[in-house]
Amino acid sequence: MKIKFYIIFLYAFFINLPAIAHHDEFNIFLIENSENIIKSSAKTVDSILRDIQSFDDEIVSRFLELWKSKSLYYIKDTKQVVIVNENEESLDALEIDGLTRIGNYSKKEIKKIKPNSGVRAKIDSILVKYQISNSDINVRQKSIESLKRNIRPEHLEVLQDAYINESDAELKNAIDRLLKFAIVKYSDSNNKKLEIIESFKGDTAIEIRASLNQLLNSSEVKVGISLPNNKNIARVIVPGFTIKNSNGTSGTTNFFNEDVEISINDAYDKLYADNLVYKKRITQEELKKILEQNISGDTIGGYSISSLDNEQSRIAAYNKLVENNLAPPFISENKINEEVNKFIFYSIYNETSSEVTNAALNTLASINFRVQIYKYIDLLIDGLSLASIYFLGAIGLAITFGVMRVINMAHGEFIMMGAYTGYVVQQFISNHTLSLLVALPLAFIITFIAGVIMERLVIRHLYRKPLDTLLATFGISIALQQIAKNIFGTQARPLTSPSWLDGSLSLSDDLSISYIRIAIFILSLIFLGLLLFVMNRTRLGLETRAVTQNPVMASNMGINPERINMLTFGFGSGIAGIAGIAIGLFSKVTSELGSEYIVQSFMTVVVGGVGNIWGTLAGASLIGFLQKFIEWFNPSNTLAAQTYMIIFIILFIQFRPKGIVALKGRAADD
Amino acid sequence: MTNSINDLLARHTLIFTIVVIIFSLFITFFSEPYGNGLISTSFVKTLGKTVCLCIIALAMDVVWGYCGILSLGHFAFFGLGGYMIGMWLMYERTAIIVQEAATNELLPLTETELSNAIGNQIFGVVGGYEIPSIWMFADSLGLQLILVIAVPGILAFIFGWLAFRSRVTGVYLSILTQALTLALSLYLFQNDSGLRGNNGLSGLQNIPGIEYLGQEVISIGFFWASCIFLISIFLLFHSLMKSKFGLIITSIRDNETRVRFLGYNVEIYKLFIFVLTAIISSIAGALYYPQAGIINPAELAPIASIYLAVWVAIGGRGKLYGAIIGAAFVSLFSSWFTGGQAPDIPLGIFTIEWVNWWTVLLGFGFVIITIFSENGIIGFLRNIFVKEK
Repeated sequence: MKIKFYIIFLYAFFINLPAIAHHDEFNIFLIENSENIIKSSAKTVDSILRDIQSFDDEIVSRFLELWKSKSLYYIKDTKQVVIVNENEESLDALEIDGLTRIGNYSKKEIKKIKPNSGVRAKIDSILVKYQISNSDINVRQKSIESLKRNIRPEHLEVLQDAYINESDAELKNAIDRLLKFAIVKYSDSNNKKLEIIESFKGDTAIEIRASLNQLLNSSEVKVGISLPNNKNIARVIVPGFTIKNSNGTSGTTNFFNEDVEISINDAYDKLYADNLVYKKRITQEELKKILEQNISGDTIGGYSISSLDNEQSRIAAYNKLVENNLAPPFISENKINEEVNKFIFYSIYNETSSEVTNAALNTLASINFRVQIYKYIDLLIDGLSLASIYFLGAIGLAITFGVMRVINMAHGEFIMMGAYTGYVVQQFISNHTLSLLVALPLAFIITFIAGVIMERLVIRHLYRKPLDTLLATFGISIALQQIAKNIFGTQARPLTSPSWLDGSLSLSDDLSISYIRIAIFILSLIFLGLLLFVMNRTRLGLETRAVTQNPVMASNMGINPERINMLTFGFGSGIAGIAGIAIGLFSKVTSELGSEYIVQSFMTVVVGGVGNIWGTLAGASLIGFLQKFIEWFNPSNTLAAQTYMIIFIILFIQFRPKGIVALKGRAADD
Repeated sequence: MTNSINDLLARHTLIFTIVVIIFSLFITFFSEPYGNGLISTSFVKTLGKTVCLCIIALAMDVVWGYCGILSLGHFAFFGLGGYMIGMWLMYERTAIIVQEAATNELLPLTETELSNAIGNQIFGVVGGYEIPSIWMFADSLGLQLILVIAVPGILAFIFGWLAFRSRVTGVYLSILTQALTLALSLYLFQNDSGLRGNNGLSGLQNIPGIEYLGQEVISIGFFWASCIFLISIFLLFHSLMKSKFGLIITSIRDNETRVRFLGYNVEIYKLFIFVLTAIISSIAGALYYPQAGIINPAELAPIASIYLAVWVAIGGRGKLYGAIIGAAFVSLFSSWFTGGQAPDIPLGIFTIEWVNWWTVLLGFGFVIITIFSENGIIGFLRNIFVKEK
């Protein structure tokens, strides 16, 4: 409290000196109107607010601010309006300017002025005028922000004036926008509304959609013998059949089984509530209750209790009770249908002009069309980034499996090792950018060495037996996973991305791409380029291809196949390590990180076609886009999307057993 | 020569049958209800479950060790069998509970009320009360038992027919079966799959109708049922693999192309073995899960099927008793080590806690067996004791 008043002191002292001249007149005005200020009502406040505007802007706006925020007091004896400086026991009363001290009063002698909400709203609408035309740009900006949240009909005029007077281009734009919303919401002139609604076309901002949707708010379910002529009908409702669309129109139930707006039973209850039918519907529960109340011995209405285990006999027994005037009559389902069908159910727009609502529907449709296009683009980007992730996960595998025909079930664990390397490096180097730069080559080196060791110790012995390799590498996989669990624990470890990778590139309200996705996409492009370069342009690549195609011939030409196999395997594993860091950046690092990707990675390689980098790219794209596409149909259920995708892949393999890009000629033989 | 081999094999089956029966009697006479209670009911259940795992290991051995199809999906069939029998167990038991509760009501329940009450009990956890249409046979034990055979059978038939027809073989087939398993478990993880999502089915150890017998007696019953089924499956596979049909199967494993050139329809043979073993796995699952008491989609995860392959490989593939030894050996050891009963090994500053390090030992041990002894423990023992040829 105190600080606030010190600020007012300073404010008054330094900025407001010229106002002192007007001050006396204002004080006189206050004294004249003190009665009405203290006991203000929505009726009396108008004249004060009208007269007060002839005074100096600064004083008036501060006075109104204090009044509105319930910071004004009055002295009970003199009815003088004051502000108060609170001490521990007593109160210092000051004049409104905060400069002149009137005296010290006890708390009993002074009372707070509490304007009611109607008065406050009126004060506010005048206050807005002062704020929005304030010479300080920050005050103007603030008042526009607060208007955005709470715009009322009385602001229309204020905004129009402010728009003309505003000099700052940005603020002028904001006011223009605000004015448009205000007109759509409150203007009396339909033509103005139509013009603005028309101008909204193609603008996908969420606030515009919200404003249009608000315009299309419709009433609750109404019922009558026929549709009223003079009302702006939003929709005709068929009980038990139609659903309510967000724009107020009605639609039919579709594949996703949305709930109908009103069931037939509820519609009948509505008729009863509106006194359009006179017999109350008896629900199954009520029927059961009434039957239970009328048990006499072993029977109800002459029917034995044990026979009442189906609905027909219950109704029959109930009708017996009705005959004896023991229960209200039961309305059969057919009768309910018949009655409901006699009436027409509908809803009307809150907006009375059908021209306006039609224009809003029209504009909303054109906006939604654009939003839909953005959603397709978003879907494409989603698919692209998922494809990049699958590509990263699978590309190392494509080398070991595709080139060497070695099924490496531990590939996922190499991904995991890379991710943990990134995590460990981050524990030592706190600068995230630097730690990432260290971790990337380190992850490659570590997994490269792990791959070479594995090739030397295990895979070398099993080259002729692919199924045994699968099992042996699975053994390594579970061992590595458990070792990671023993070292790092079961809880997820964070691999934090550098701050320049946070955030997203925002293209519109509906379309934004996080930088990390872009980074992963670029990373996978780099990998693709690097791999193509190594395989097609370097000695190692040449020798690898030679060994793949014909090991015996290759070794006759002086190539050492053992060395090539070892290096290839190390290279594939090293790439898995780098992929691990990329994957770790957007998901948590756990010991199960690798196994989550291994099946998808294998499918990527198999679908793409073994032994071909382009094939892996095609496979990753197919799987990534397909999964996002299926998810799009039913966004709430990613598990189902994965299920259907896998089934699709199983079917796909039936028709192209060698994958999308199949090798031709001798290399195709297993 | 042929005769002596047949004699030896015949003796093998006889020895096996006698050993299993003696083992079962031994367990029975030391169990709680029929003996001195030296063997606890929970251990009887563990043994019964192990026997079921031996059965599926047998199936795995036939499809992989004899026919050369490394299926990484047979545990999914095992789980499906569990789900099929679990549906009846859960439905029937809930129905009994609901009907008992209804005796306090003044009016008898209508069919709708009954099914809503049962649905509410079973599907309340996944936010529903309607009984999904896949439960339409759940009130009948007979029909549900048929489903135990039919569902995995049809699934295996469709998948096998598609895969073998387009000649997907080797590691490709393994990856496809693994994908199938993943798809199935992901599907079951959904709440609206109609099988209670990741809650799975529970309370399966309470067998409706014979609950009054108590778990002690029921567990012995299931143990015997599992053992008898193990013996019959062993005899079935033994005679099947000994026959001409079995020879063709092993020939397909050794050289599929040559068998095809000899005029055999390789696809039909493979399909038959695939479907047969899938059904047997399913029945084993239907025996296993009432002893385990609960089934959830995690049981069907791809890793379970790979473990199955590990058991068979450790025991020794291509030999029926190898699969049984592998499954019993590894699964019992696993539960012993991971159950915290194995003594920890202190190594100065570091203590090896088996709960954490058993999997590592298993993984590396498995690698060593794969590299050095193609035929697992059985092959290893043979190399030591049988110095013939």
